[in-house]
Amino acid sequence: MALRLWVKSAANALKLSSGTGPRAAAPAFSISRFFSAVPDGLKYTQSHEWVKLHEDGVATVGITDHAQDHLGEVVFVELPETGAQVSAGGSFGNVESVKATSDVNSPISGEVVEINSKLSETPGLINTSPYEDGWMIKVKPSSPADADGLLDAAKYTKHCEEEDAH
Amino acid sequence: MSVTRSAGALGAARPLMRLVTMSGVPILRQLHLEERLLRRTADNWCVINDGTAPPTIVMGVSGRVSELVEIEPVLRDRVPVVRRYSGGGTVIVDQGTVFVTFICNKSAVAGLQPFPRDIMSWSGQLYDKVFDRFGEFHLRENDYAFSHHKFGGNAQSITKNRWVHHTSFLWDYDVKNMDYLKMPKRAPEYRLARNHTDFLCRMKEYMPSRSVFTDGIITALGEQFSVQPTDLETVLSNDEEFVPSTKLLSQQDLEEIVSSKGSSSLGVQEVEA
Repeated sequence: MALRLWVKSAANALKLSSGTGPRAAAPAFSISRFFSAVPDGLKYTQSHEWVKLHEDGVATVGITDHAQDHLGEVVFVELPETGAQVSAGGSFGNVESVKATSDVNSPISGEVVEINSKLSETPGLINTSPYEDGWMIKVKPSSPADADGLLDAAKYTKHCEEEDAH
Repeated sequence: MSVTRSAGALGAARPLMRLVTMSGVPILRQLHLEERLLRRTADNWCVINDGTAPPTIVMGVSGRVSELVEIEPVLRDRVPVVRRYSGGGTVIVDQGTVFVTFICNKSAVAGLQPFPRDIMSWSGQLYDKVFDRFGEFHLRENDYAFSHHKFGGNAQSITKNRWVHHTSFLWDYDVKNMDYLKMPKRAPEYRLARNHTDFLCRMKEYMPSRSVFTDGIITALGEQFSVQPTDLETVLSNDEEFVPSTKLLSQQDLEEIVSSKGSSSLGVQEVEA
C-alpha cells in the first residue's frame, strides 16, 4: 500500500491504465520522471515535508523521499529542543548535504515533544528511511486545522511531477 | 512562480539583481551581511568582496574544529576562526581571496528547484562563461577547478523560498596559511590524497587581473538578470532584532576544545559548551 500511488503515477505515465472514456490526443509514448515513494495516509507540504497524525494526538514530521533524493547524502541534522514551539510553514531545523544547509519547515504548529536523537549519529537515516527511521520531530499540535490545508498523496505527487518537469 | 527569460527573448523582462561590491571587508562582517540579506530581504543579490583581512579560518555549520583545524598554532598566532551559516568545508581566507555570493529567490531562475545540485548546475554554467576562455574550467565534484586543480570552494544555504550560493575564489594564497588546516576526512575523490599545494591552484596564473574576473561575472549575470549596482551604505541597516548564526569562535572556545578529552558528537557543541 505504501507504494501504491508511486506505481499508479508510473502506470499513468506509461499509459498502462485501463480506464474507459475517450482518449484525448496524447503522445504515443511518455515516461514520468517522478519515481519517489509517496505513501498514503500522510499529509505533505509543497516544501517537501510530511506529517503523520496519530490517534493519540501527536504528529510525526519528516522530509519526503523526493526531498532526500534531491538533497543527496545527508551528513548533519540540526533539530530543535523538546519543548520548543514550531509554526506551520516556519523552519524548525535544517539538514546538511552536498555542502548545503537546507531549512526544514514544520507542516503544523505546536510543541515539540520528542526529537529523533538517532539522527545525530546516523543522519543518513533520512536518506535510507525518510518515512520511518528517518523521522525528525514529534509535535503536539496546537491547531488541528493546520493539516486541512496540506496536500494528500495524490496532490503532492502531482506537485513533484510538475517541479521535475522543468 | 514568476517566469524569467534571457535577454535574447523579445521584450522579455529580466529579474532585478542588486550588486554590492566591496574590498577588504572582514569575512565575519560579510557573512553577517549575507545572512541578513537572505533572511530579511526579498531581493536578489550578488555580493563581491575583493580580499579580506585579517586571514581567517572559516568552517561550515557542522565542522568539528578538532578534526579540521590545527588548534595550537591557531591559538599561538591568534588566527580568527569563524563558523558560518552554510554547509561545506573549511577554508582559510585572506587578501588573496575573492568572494562572490548569489542570494536569490526561488523564482529568480525559471525552473530551478531549490536543491544543492540544481543550484550548483546553474552556477557552474554561469561560471563556465566567465572562466572558459582562461583555462580548462570544470565544476568538479562540487568544486570549481582548472583541470584537476581547485581554485574555488563553494557552499550553500537554502530556505523555503530563497537560497545562497557563495564561493571563495583563490586569486592568490599564502601557502604558509594552509598549515593551519588539517587534511579533511571527507574529501572529493579527485583530490587523490594530494596536499593543499598540489591540490589547489592560483587564479592569477590563469587570468590577467581581478577586475577581468569580476567584470566577467557581472557580464554573465547580465544575460539573466537586470544587474543594478547598489551602494553598501544603503544596504546596511540598524536591524538589531536580527541575530545572525555565523559566529566567531572565542579563544576560550578553542582552548576548551584543546583541553577536552575527546570531540563531542555534535560539532556545534564544541563551540557552545
